[in-house]
Parts: sequence; C-alpha cells; structure tokens
Amino acid sequence: MKHTELCKLISKSEPIPGIFDFTIESESIAKEAQCGQFLHINCGENSFLRRPISICDTYDGKLRFIFEVKGAGTRELSKKQTGDMIDVMGPLGHGFEIKEDVKKPVVIGGGIGVFPLYKLAKELGGRADVFLGFRSRDRVVMESEFESVSNMVITGTDDGSYGYSGYIASAMEQYLNFHDCGMIYSCGPMPMLKAVKKIAEERGIPCQISLEQRMGCGIGACLVCACETVNGGADKYAKVCTNGPVFYSEEVTLND
Amino acid sequence: MINTKVNFCGVEFKNPIVTASGTFGFGMEYDQFVPLEEYGGFSAKGLTRAPREGNKPPRIAETPSGILNSVGLQNPGVEYFAESIMPIISEFDTNIIANISGNTVEEYCEMAEILSDTAVAIVELNVSCPNVKHGGLAFGTDPKVVNDLTREVKKRCKKPLVVKLSPNVTSVSEIAKAAADGGADGLSLINTLLGMKIDINTRRPVLMNNTGGLSGPAVKPVAVRMIHEVYSAVDIPIIGMGGVMSGDDVIEFMLAGASLVALGTGLFVKPDLILTVKRGIEEYMNRYGIENITDLIGAAVMN
Repeated sequence: MKHTELCKLISKSEPIPGIFDFTIESESIAKEAQCGQFLHINCGENSFLRRPISICDTYDGKLRFIFEVKGAGTRELSKKQTGDMIDVMGPLGHGFEIKEDVKKPVVIGGGIGVFPLYKLAKELGGRADVFLGFRSRDRVVMESEFESVSNMVITGTDDGSYGYSGYIASAMEQYLNFHDCGMIYSCGPMPMLKAVKKIAEERGIPCQISLEQRMGCGIGACLVCACETVNGGADKYAKVCTNGPVFYSEEVTLND
Repeated sequence: MINTKVNFCGVEFKNPIVTASGTFGFGMEYDQFVPLEEYGGFSAKGLTRAPREGNKPPRIAETPSGILNSVGLQNPGVEYFAESIMPIISEFDTNIIANISGNTVEEYCEMAEILSDTAVAIVELNVSCPNVKHGGLAFGTDPKVVNDLTREVKKRCKKPLVVKLSPNVTSVSEIAKAAADGGADGLSLINTLLGMKIDINTRRPVLMNNTGGLSGPAVKPVAVRMIHEVYSAVDIPIIGMGGVMSGDDVIEFMLAGASLVALGTGLFVKPDLILTVKRGIEEYMNRYGIENITDLIGAAVMN
C-alpha cells in the first residue's frame, strides 16, 4: 500500500538566496525512489494543495530535495526547521530510464532543473557529460557536486558572467558537432527543453525530458497536470504526474 | 454497535462515504492507498458519448482553502468505460456511480442505455459542468430543460438516476424540484462554483480556460446551505459534497439532509482521507449513542 509519511527534516541550507536544500529521513521512500521521480509535499497550514518537488538524491535512508521559493507554499516549506516533521507522499511518477548499453549519455539542465539530474548523473556511474545552465554567476549551484559524479561538466550562464556565455543548449549543440551521444537527459525551463528537443531530434538522438506542470492529486486521478502529446482524442493530454514527469521528447509537443 | 449502512435509491451502501466525480479517476489510483472496499461507493470520472481531449493546461489554480479546476471532461468515452474499465472495477465490493455529460438529450439517453447493461449501481446525470462550452451548465440552470432531460433519460435508464445540481443558479431548490418531477431517484450537490483567479504579474487568468470550478473547504458552507434547502424542498435522497475534510464534516452534511456524502478535493491532500473520516464518524456516533447513521439524515433543527 502507498501511504503518506511524516519525515523528519535532518538538514537544511540555503546555498543561494531563495533556493533551499533539504534532507529528510525515510527508509521506505529512499529505498524505492528512482531518479526523476518526485515527492508530493504538504507545505503547511497556509497552502491547501501539496507541492510536487523532484528528488535530488537518496542515500542511507535519506532523501534530498532542493527547491526555489516561488509562492506561498514553497515559502511556508522553506520556514521549516531542522527536527520538524514534513508530510510527504512518494516517490511518485515515472522517472528517467537508464539503459546500461547506452553509450555516451549527455545530461543537460537549466536553473532549478539541474536538481533532479544529480541522482541521474550519479547512477550513470560517472559516464555522463553534463551541461549546466544558469542565468548568471550568482545563480550557479551544485557545479562541484556534478563534477564529482560526471565525466565532464560544462557550466554556462545566459549573461556570460561565468563559464560558457549564452544558452546552455547552444553549448551542447556545438559539443554534439564533435562528439557521439547515445541519449540526452534534460530538465529545465521550457525554452531550453524546446531547444534540446529540436537539437536531439534533428540528430536522431533519443532524448528524455522532465516536465513541470501545476498538479493536483499527484497520482493520476484528477487530470489537471496535463501535457500535450502527439496523440489524439482522450490521449491528447498525458498526465505529468504518472505518465511523466519524464517523457521521451518525441512523445510530447511542448506546445504552450 | 453502530450501523453505518444506508439504503440509497434501493441500493445498499455499507457506509455513506462515496467520492465526487472527477476527483477519483476510475478508482484504481486511490486503491493504491486504501482498498476501494472501504468506500460505500465511488463516482467515476465524468463520461461523455465520444472521447474528449479536455482543456489546455494549466487546468488548476490554488485559492484560499480550495482550488479552481478546468479539466474539461477529458475521458475515454462511455463505450470504452463500459467495455474496458467496468470489467476491472466491478470486481471490487463497492458501488460504482457512473457520471455522464451530454451535448444533447439524445446523447444523455444513449449513454444511460449503454450503462444500463453494465454493473454500475447508479447513473449520475451531470447537468452542471462549468468547464465545457456545450452540455452541462446550459442544461443545469433551466428548470424546464432539467425536467425534460430527466424525464427522457429516465425512460431509457434501467439504473437509479441521480441528477447532479449546479450551485451556479438563483434557486437550487427550483432546479431540484424540476429534476424530482422529471422522475429523478436522487440528487447530488453541489458541483463546483464558477470562479476565476488572475495572476497579477502577467495580468492573465491562471487557468488557460480563464474560468474554472471552485471546490474544497472554501465551498463547504454553500454546500451545507444548499443541501438543507433542497432537502426541505424535495422527497428524494441526496448525495452531499463540497469541501469535506473530516468525519465531522460528513456528520454536518448528513444533518443538513444528505444520505450519502462524497469526498473530493480533500483526497488530493489526504489520499487516505476515508480512514480518518470513518474514525470521526464512529467517534461521533459513540459519543451521542447513535445506533443507525440514517437517524442523522436531515436531523438538524433550524433556529
């Protein structure tokens, strides 16, 4: 039986302003969690719905997730203190598929989309070449952690204040002109995902992308977290919570 | 020993707890948390004659103590439900309520006929969906249309027929009477209240559909008032719903006049809500020495 669980917050930090790095305890969720899955978290009294937040890492019965304060719910969650109990549902959703025979995987993340890619990079066993994009130097996060679990990391900023100058998808595109790639894994803002999808499909590289949508139940019952697919009729919209959040790029249109 | 059984339109419910259509999928999702047998019954996702793709996202917005939704009746169609979903869910020892929406009277009738040959316990006519342009709301706000529709569907439906009422009307009891006169076996209320949320940064509504249906604890007092009003106006039983979050809420709805009470939006927050609800009901019945839960139906005394 699936269940909700009260998990103790055992560590908390704010690596950059407005971004919170939480670690909670849960033997059962940590054991079950796959990279790309998410937790559905009750943020507190003042926000009615749970908030879906991606799993960043799991180890020794612990779960790490990192989130940005965007509204009332995440603000309330950010105020939890070490030792507080957090009401968590999970792990939920369909995560990244890791195929052992895939050669030269590339991982590309933008902004807060880099967090769910960390556990993925770890599980790819140091094989991945990783691209991390941020708005500016002061928003760069987790770079050295990715370096310790990847073959290579290229970090860029949109404004050129650190690393590669420009959109990180362009950096990946240039890289692909000179390197083979068996699979692209991606998570980040919609313009980046659209660019990654296009680049991957032009080159015939299979591509898995993790999507975000406003969510209700988180388990596939309420049909609010819809994303447009290439199918028609009742299958036109897939459920981000259970069909996703990770899809193959060719399954979804990414239309607004 | 407390008795929570309720006979609703000739159908035996082991307890008065059901679910609101659209919040519970086709049941299987929540069966992962609490066995479906725990519920007196459940109302499946709203069905239409042909499959529907639903509205463009975003389809949900959070509001104070509730949510707005505009799913737009995404569903695989009544025939798929009858042929492929019913064989799976009818295995569970609980009552299935099939909720249907049509564009025309004839569509409603055809759906009722198709469902008459399945194991569904009750057919629920949705005349009040606020999120689709054709069907639903246009039917639910006019007493004459509700009366005619109910009468026509009743002729071709072999199952008990429940009409789901919209709160987006001037007089809900007038619509309730029209449905009862048309031959409805029961009523369910309230459907969602039409609302809107605007993002002040983008100056656009959060929902792509602009408007959506409000549900959750925010609507509970409206639901209680309307159930009481309808209970006083008609002699057919009521399924009450609107923001139920506890056993105490269920008791309140029953005192107002509901025979069955549906969980809905609260399930999104607490997928095992039924367990705490049932404990709450039991505690209340023991505290007041109530043997039969049916003694609570409509037992509120007005000042």
